[in-house]
Amino acid sequence: MRAEVIKTDAVIIGGGPCGLFAIFELGLLDIKCHVIDILDRAGGQCTELYPEKPIYDIPALPIVSGQELTDRLMEQARPFDAQFHYNQMVTELEKRGDNDFVVKTDAGTELHAKIIVIAAGGGSFQPKKPPMPGIDAFEGTSVFYSVRQMEKFRGKDILIVGGGDSALDWTLNLQPLANSMTLLHRRDDFRAAPDSVNKVRELVAAGKMDLKIGQVTELKGANGQLTGVAAKGKEGEFDVACNTMLPFFGLTMKLGPVADWGLNLNENLITVDTEKFETSVPGIFAIGDINTYPGKLKLILSGFHEAALMSQQAFRYINPGERLLFQYTTSSSSLQKKLGVA
Amino acid sequence: MAKITFIEFSGTAHEVDASNGMSVMESAVKNMVPGIDADCGGACACATCHVYVEPDWLDAVGERNEMEEDMLDFAFDVRDNSRLSCQIKVSDALDGLVVKVPEKQF
Repeated sequence: MRAEVIKTDAVIIGGGPCGLFAIFELGLLDIKCHVIDILDRAGGQCTELYPEKPIYDIPALPIVSGQELTDRLMEQARPFDAQFHYNQMVTELEKRGDNDFVVKTDAGTELHAKIIVIAAGGGSFQPKKPPMPGIDAFEGTSVFYSVRQMEKFRGKDILIVGGGDSALDWTLNLQPLANSMTLLHRRDDFRAAPDSVNKVRELVAAGKMDLKIGQVTELKGANGQLTGVAAKGKEGEFDVACNTMLPFFGLTMKLGPVADWGLNLNENLITVDTEKFETSVPGIFAIGDINTYPGKLKLILSGFHEAALMSQQAFRYINPGERLLFQYTTSSSSLQKKLGVA
Repeated sequence: MAKITFIEFSGTAHEVDASNGMSVMESAVKNMVPGIDADCGGACACATCHVYVEPDWLDAVGERNEMEEDMLDFAFDVRDNSRLSCQIKVSDALDGLVVKVPEKQF
């Protein structure tokens, strides 16, 4: 646990396109930001779900990929020097008073901020849990969806299920520690980096691990202790003995702890007004796919608009009574100075 | 135009009208067929529009594409007749198509 407490103006929860544009809009008003995201990089759904797929409805960009849009937003936000905290999920959000919010993450980071911007999209990305009957009973004892400490897996009979980079990387990383290692995948073809695939095939050829082709049909064991799985492949049914299973089926979005922060929700979305994009708690704002209001469209461009209006109210909330002069970046020398172009 | 029938895991059937050029997934979402989640909105990025094509229709809907094959790794209980419905384009040739919706999209 990190004891250090970070003090800042704004904490943005979620580093997707709306969170990134909020850095820019808040920055123009001299509001400094820290951004927290559960993924290991910025971009949210754009980079996690469709980095190479084209988006056609961003104004002035007739075609742009999810990755390029993210890169451009990062570039645009760069002058404001936001600090990013990746691989962390915000677990607690508490209002202690006006201009006084406390945010805690599952990595032990604690931030104190004057305002909070929730730009969490569809919620946090979490590992998909395969709907295998009875899997709940084994979770945390024999079934794991991520590896925090490799040592925990030393001497185990490990079954890894999946065919992407996570599955193959962990197969290669844990194989030297394991008593036995089996990789089970639905087909004899992988989405992972060719180098990893080659290494796995070499280990199989050398008799150091097993590769099975098929899908799990049943988990075997009792009292949280897995003893093996039954699987089905093209050539029929087979069993794999194991005491530890790691399924890697990609990520899904879950609302997560947002539901526990005492904000008014409507069908798992945060209700906001359309003037300030403020939640039911003054000083906490919600923009992008996570919010709802009459006429809401889940479009990136709507999130950009919301970020701009939210920032106006954020300024007024932080600086009560102070006059906010509306300025254009094309003509204002003070804004251009902030952008580093004057 | 094509009439497409979606059969839920429970056995409940939904017949919908689909226009040529739209995807089978879109026809389901437009008509609020339960069990077709389509989380990603049709970008072939989530595998939550997984369906089982009835055997008689396998030739008519054609083969899986490579990207779809990759995404099916994220689906559960993938069978020989599994498809992602966002990758099947509606045409007159699919009039009468029947697909089954899995117990769970995950």
